[in-house]
Amino acid sequence: MSSVEFQHLNVEYARRPVIRDFSMVVPAGSWLGLIGPNGAGKSTLLRSVAGLVKYSGDVIVDGSSLSLRSRSRRASLVAYVPQEPVLPDEMTGWEYVLLGRSPHIGYFGHPSKNDRAMVDDVIGRLGLDDIATRHLGVLSGGERQRLVIARALATEAPILLLDEPTSALDIGHQQQAFELVERLRREHGLTVISAMHDLTLAGMYSDRLALLHEGTVVSHGSVEDVLSAETLAEFYGVRVTVHREADGTVVVIPRREQL
Amino acid sequence: MTEQRRAIPAKVALSVVVLVVVACAGAMTGPAGPDWWRIPLALAERIPGLGDGGLGISSGVTEREWSIIWDIRMPRVVLAGIVGATLSLGGASYQGVFRNPLVDPYLLGAAAGGGLGATIVITTIGSDRLDWLVDPVPLIAFLFALGTVAVTYLVGASFGGMRTSSTLVLAGVAMVSLTTAIQTFILQRNSDVVREVYNWILGRLATASWSDVVLVLPYVVLSTAVLLFHRRHLDVLRVGDEEAAALGIPVGRVRLTVVVAATLGTAAVVAVSGLIGFVGLVVPHMVRLMAGSSYRVVMPLVVTVGGAFLILADIPGRTLSSPAEVPIGVVTAFIGAPFFIILLRTRQVSR
Repeated sequence: MSSVEFQHLNVEYARRPVIRDFSMVVPAGSWLGLIGPNGAGKSTLLRSVAGLVKYSGDVIVDGSSLSLRSRSRRASLVAYVPQEPVLPDEMTGWEYVLLGRSPHIGYFGHPSKNDRAMVDDVIGRLGLDDIATRHLGVLSGGERQRLVIARALATEAPILLLDEPTSALDIGHQQQAFELVERLRREHGLTVISAMHDLTLAGMYSDRLALLHEGTVVSHGSVEDVLSAETLAEFYGVRVTVHREADGTVVVIPRREQL
Repeated sequence: MTEQRRAIPAKVALSVVVLVVVACAGAMTGPAGPDWWRIPLALAERIPGLGDGGLGISSGVTEREWSIIWDIRMPRVVLAGIVGATLSLGGASYQGVFRNPLVDPYLLGAAAGGGLGATIVITTIGSDRLDWLVDPVPLIAFLFALGTVAVTYLVGASFGGMRTSSTLVLAGVAMVSLTTAIQTFILQRNSDVVREVYNWILGRLATASWSDVVLVLPYVVLSTAVLLFHRRHLDVLRVGDEEAAALGIPVGRVRLTVVVAATLGTAAVVAVSGLIGFVGLVVPHMVRLMAGSSYRVVMPLVVTVGGAFLILADIPGRTLSSPAEVPIGVVTAFIGAPFFIILLRTRQVSR
């Protein structure tokens, strides 16, 4: 279980600020949903935690700064699932999941028996045995997504970063993928930070939401607080009805323009 | 999956057997010399424990015949093996770090630079160099090959940093064009040596001696060791620079190390054998078609398969129009291309 604390994070691309003074604490084992219109900085925020972009300020995990850790140590703390993962056609599912062991293998090392056993274990637990022997090029979108999550799990990282993980999936597979992440979060105490497009799904799975707009957090808190029709209208420029189900689920329904 | 993992040593062992058989076939081919079937025996009886005092293998080969085998045929076979292995491994490595299947080890200018170096030596020093203690052609070719790749790398890195490999590839294209243009310009002004330079460029193993083998061996061994060591990194790089970095791989350092090692080996073999095309591009693909695409299995196998391939290609090169020689680069493409097409086809059908 690891908490993540952002302290005054700033990111610039070509002198243009993309993230402005982002500070937030994500408690260990919780799920933070990042929402906001395209270009708000959700992906950049995740990429800075993964160490893929330069930033000023600090990201603290378990009390010490991520930037002070070695690249491989950092990779063993933070598993990153990009929006469009690259899955080489000719690679088998098993080989792909094995890549998740990289952070634990030294520069001159090679996968040990232990690493292989770990991969077999992850594949078994996620029920991917059939997929493991097949080439990635012949798999469906849902199967590919489960392998990507399996690879992240194989890193044994306590923090999971998901960048719009289900944008290419149909509604059934979206649900499956999120249920899988939710199950793993409970089983392993993972801390999840995910950028999400679908506001209803974001509300369903996140403990807390952060709404970003032009690199700044404009609303942050519980799902009920953030997903209000006024806020969404202001920052997404959409006309929506926010509906609350009896079980507490918040449903965001886009509305047609009235003629 | 378990079977798949165990299969790697088995595949490598099988390819080593093929390599040895092909090497024997190479030693058995050629004018003069003893009966062909005596040659494996002659080689075997000199291995401690198999000849006198051991198993007692006796070939009945005379000293003069042995000298044909050992001093003329074997250096050529060994050099062909080394060149084939190095170019194939270099090709597989380049394809890996640039994530591009159409790349060969000459991509960043090793061949063009070597060709320019050789051209300059042949045109400026000419036949005077035959009196020199050491033939300057391979030495200068080697240095020019390394120099050209270094310039490519600096140019590419200064534009794109290590963030994109495509700037490096484009810088390579530019450098190859530039070097080739300079070479053509020099050749055009010295048309009397065109034939000699042309022969060098086509690639040759005919003049191979043990001293050539000794000359390239240190670079080739170093290059091979470093490249084989990075096979795991090449597998991780297959998911792209960014994801590889997120998995803890120092992408820039890995790419630089692999490029330097592959270039060192390529430059060394270009210096002694000229430009032998096709091998570095296609042998890695042949291996992938036969044994799968994981670099854990591709990297060791391209060494043995590449070596065997070039030794085999050299046999018709020596015999077809004997006593004249068909350039090895012509043969590699001539037998390699149809074989590759057949392999592609059978693979398509079986999928």
